[in-house]
Amino acid sequence: MTARVGVVLFPGSNCEFDAVEAIRHLGGDAEIVWHEASSLAGFDAVIIPGGFAHGDYLRPGAIARFSPVMEAVTAFAADGGPVVGICNGFQILTEAGLLPGALQKNAGLKFRCDTAILRVESTNSALTNEATLGAELRIPINHFEGNYTCSTETLAELRDADRIVLRYVENPNGSVDDIAGVCNEGRNVVGLMPHPERASHELLGSTDGRPLLLSLLAAASRQ
Amino acid sequence: MIFDVTVEVSLRAGVADPQGSTIERSLPTLGFPGVSGVRVGKSIRFEIDAPDEATARAEVEDLCRRFLTNPVIEDSEIRMAALEDAR
Repeated sequence: MTARVGVVLFPGSNCEFDAVEAIRHLGGDAEIVWHEASSLAGFDAVIIPGGFAHGDYLRPGAIARFSPVMEAVTAFAADGGPVVGICNGFQILTEAGLLPGALQKNAGLKFRCDTAILRVESTNSALTNEATLGAELRIPINHFEGNYTCSTETLAELRDADRIVLRYVENPNGSVDDIAGVCNEGRNVVGLMPHPERASHELLGSTDGRPLLLSLLAAASRQ
Repeated sequence: MIFDVTVEVSLRAGVADPQGSTIERSLPTLGFPGVSGVRVGKSIRFEIDAPDEATARAEVEDLCRRFLTNPVIEDSEIRMAALEDAR
């Protein structure tokens, strides 16, 4: 059965169709889910895409976490459903408390629009189960607030439990411990600042995002 | 009673402040070489209707914790005063 991925659309999201196209291109089925939806029934995985949900007012993700769909996302995640937050989606998941830490303004106050090289640090997560440990992936980044920060206790916890799933080879934004992506305790919720959907086709200049999205589809198929 | 509330949101001590340090670095160029320790925060003002100050404060604290600040990186300071003219 084809895995069905719900891509949440908030007012101000802008990467939802990229995510839908990438998933469809890789053989999955993807549908947009409006942020006022109260159910995710029928979906095997959820993507919270990039953009500026609710205009990023107050803080990125601060208002989005109160959108009705987030209750459904929280329940879906609690049931073990795979959830991936990309860029603004990562910010939303930290604000919602589904992932630890927070994303601060980039060091140097620089908006980074570039290709980053990421190293796969753990293959035990919904986004990396089909990736190769230690592989280096070229994936676009496009953010102003991607500087991952957390308490020293949380950082120790993330390291000890192998929950840092992706690291930057060259840190573009000041993130603590070069963190590009982390997962929750259940390993089914993953957040990352880089955009794997923008590296999913030869025409986009890199296909290195494929193993990540294929991992999500594999996790979805096990639902 | 109506209370006039000002919430000052600031980055917690120890959290790097890229805005503050960028402003600080630019100051010598503008002719202010002696300024240091620049930290940028935000100020949020609103009015709240509550039976008394303790209730109002408890509500504002809850609002700060759950919405106005991200406790992972931010602190808040609340100032409030009862508005004299009852509406």
